[in-house]
Amino acid sequence: MTDLAARLDRLRGAAQPRNHDARTIAALTSNPGCARRGVLDAAGIDKDAIAAELGFAAPFGQSQFAITRGNVFEAQVKADGCAELLSLLRDRLGLSIPEVAYDDLGVVGGNESRKVRHARTRQLFARALGEGPGTLFDHPLLRLDIAGQPAYLEPDVIAFQFEGRFHIIEIKSFAMIDGQADPAQVASAARQSAVYVLALRRLLTELGHDEDTVSHEVVLVCPENFSNRPTATFLDVRPQLAVLRRQLARLTGIDRIVAELPADLTFEPGAGLAGAVRSVEARYSPDCVSGCEMALFCRDEARACGSTGALGRSIRDDLGGVDSIATALALADGSLEPAEELAETAAGLRLAARLRREALGAAS
Amino acid sequence: MSALGALARLEAVAAGRAVPVATVRHCHLSERPLVIVPLRLAGEAVAPLAAMVGTDPERPRLLFVPQPRNRDLRFRFAAELAEVVLGRIEECRTAVEELPPAKDGTERVRYGEAPQIIVPNQAGVGFLRMLGRSTRFRRTDGPYPVDPAVPMLGRWLTWFADRYERPGAALLLAMTETLRLHWASGQSSLEDGNLAALLGWIDPPEGLTGPQAAALAEDPVASPPAGPATDPSFDNEVLAPAIAGYDEAADETGLSHAKERLRTVLSSQLVPTWELMWRAIGLLRALPEGANVAARHDRDRDSFTWYAETFEEGFPQARRDDAVNAARRLHDLERAQESYDAQRAFDDPLVMAEYRLTGEAFGGVVTECLPTRLDETGKKPKLRPWLRVRTGDPVRLEPGRAVCSAARPGLKGRIVEVAAGEVLVELTGGMGRKLTPEPGSVPEVGDRVCFTSLGTDSARGRPNFPEREQTPWTHGGPPAEYVPTDEDAQEAWS
Ligand code: SF4
Repeated sequence: MTDLAARLDRLRGAAQPRNHDARTIAALTSNPGCARRGVLDAAGIDKDAIAAELGFAAPFGQSQFAITRGNVFEAQVKADGCAELLSLLRDRLGLSIPEVAYDDLGVVGGNESRKVRHARTRQLFARALGEGPGTLFDHPLLRLDIAGQPAYLEPDVIAFQFEGRFHIIEIKSFAMIDGQADPAQVASAARQSAVYVLALRRLLTELGHDEDTVSHEVVLVCPENFSNRPTATFLDVRPQLAVLRRQLARLTGIDRIVAELPADLTFEPGAGLAGAVRSVEARYSPDCVSGCEMALFCRDEARACGSTGALGRSIRDDLGGVDSIATALALADGSLEPAEELAETAAGLRLAARLRREALGAAS
Repeated sequence: MSALGALARLEAVAAGRAVPVATVRHCHLSERPLVIVPLRLAGEAVAPLAAMVGTDPERPRLLFVPQPRNRDLRFRFAAELAEVVLGRIEECRTAVEELPPAKDGTERVRYGEAPQIIVPNQAGVGFLRMLGRSTRFRRTDGPYPVDPAVPMLGRWLTWFADRYERPGAALLLAMTETLRLHWASGQSSLEDGNLAALLGWIDPPEGLTGPQAAALAEDPVASPPAGPATDPSFDNEVLAPAIAGYDEAADETGLSHAKERLRTVLSSQLVPTWELMWRAIGLLRALPEGANVAARHDRDRDSFTWYAETFEEGFPQARRDDAVNAARRLHDLERAQESYDAQRAFDDPLVMAEYRLTGEAFGGVVTECLPTRLDETGKKPKLRPWLRVRTGDPVRLEPGRAVCSAARPGLKGRIVEVAAGEVLVELTGGMGRKLTPEPGSVPEVGDRVCFTSLGTDSARGRPNFPEREQTPWTHGGPPAEYVPTDEDAQEAWS
């Protein structure tokens, strides 16, 4: 075990490292500049649990209607050895696949450990390459290292081998209407698929194959228009892959941040938790609310210290990077003399304040 | 946003409640707006669950689908909503204004009113658009016949959603966006998407500050979401059992009990938003209307009149615009945006302040005035008064640039020189036809004035778009006229 790993273990305390999945790994990329998040994630800390412990439980819930709909759609696409899926690949994407083997790598029986299942996944992939016209692997168990710790992924996806290359097939239940789906949902699907592509690439490079054996083109399967009929398109996830790679590399470089933290720091639940979390610098922005379980805690903190970032990144930029609401207001009303580097910003704020005053005065 | 908008947000934080970013109302508000608060079943593209609708705050009508996965029930809901929407459209067609005939002599009329739909937020607009898309191709005969009102509703909703895209149109409004045009809160724009939180900042209940009211509004139990998405725990704990009760009802009494229960629980989710909507309408109504609002409302009425009059012979809107239409539309939208921005600036000194900040306008006090100055360099002398204006604004207008007065755009001029906090303006028009200005038309020494280059660009016409038949092959060649097919009509809605 490396020093860093030992240190991260200590930060986590007695708690088990959290189980990652594609959603949580994809979320690692959503605020890469935040040291707090970096440390918590690198240590495998269950942010959801500590946010709740701090009294700021994250408001992420899922409606059972959405879950049911997702499951029904997926089951339908995969029914009868993926019959519908295959005809989609043939008809929609024009792939000539004469015959296909289907392997479900999901839990077969008993309680195989994830390590064992990952080994089996590896084996099958090793054999599949260069053999047979096409193969579908359902529920492969993949692995990705997060800050030196292995995270196992149990994707609900299918890896599809065709002419010596693998494609990730992602089945989502949001609708594609007249060829267009909700951009936010597509973006989130692309981020998650990128995690699988990367994990599968790692696996195949370990087996001595080229990275390109796994295509950056993911097959996205969604219901078409208002029906249950599936349709498929290719989704290029290269941009998401690049972001993910960068962030994973950054998490490995977390040692510099960790080195500066007090040696006895721990995120164990208890009275010291809030102080411990606060001791690692955050970079809150309103986007955190959709991407990080700590958001309500950090928002509260940002608001309490009057940070302009709590109002949005663009607001801070409009204010010439001034961090504090009180400072910006004091510069605007002239009660604070700006330091030299803020002179221009201050002049802009004073002008804005005067224009607002004049306009509101003119109106009344 | 600009430094002005950012500053307004900071002021709101400091004040503990929202501050104005407009001094007048920039949108038309109908006497009888049709408020629609829609809810959708989670996980589905467009499965209507319920909607609270109506033009009278005291008499909301609750429409709901007891089993949202049932196709027939969905169409029944669509037919009920159609009754409300089409009913309001017909009302608007009763009074007619005669207009002077067109150049070619054809008669022109304009309906006295235009229908106005208001939904809580942008997602509500998206929902109406999707509901329109899923209903407009339906047929009233053939294998899956629907109520004739259903495809009509689909076409109208598509039209409303289309008009929403047009800057300055007020036929369909998203309440959060309309409020944000007039007030800045002390929270982020993301959080402003929550109608209850935004209104909490603008008009906090007695005894609460803006942030306190907004915090309450974020609790989905105290303040159900404004839709169309529902609160997941409501779905799991309340709605699911209520729908199951309907599915399992054994007889008529059971069924009517189950429906009553659904009505109650859905109503509990919708009534709070319904009330917020009318409170927000009241706040907007209290603002004086901007000077150009009426003219934009006339355009809305024209657009409504035209669509209503050609409705009978028209087809449902195509699934996708062809290339020429799309380019034309984009161009029109850009033009509409420019003119809408300029109109708002002329109507509202607080909006004009944005242009003063960027130097496209400047305000100040007249320090020198030559009201009867003549330019005698040409054959005939021309009235060309000079004004010297002292200003602290960062003027970015070159000498020679045409400008006009913000208070009276008819008063035109041009920049002569800009130097050290002073601008010399030569007035060129808007002072009458004689060689001495009409009394009161030229500002005097000591007057506050504001001049801007806005709206003085010579009107750029629409570039020549090819006719539909001449669409270049690079854009897919001439599109076929869109005629809905049987397949469109029978499209599954499951
Ligand atoms: S919510 Fe807090 S910890 Fe999470 S990314 Fe934002 S600032 Fe960092």
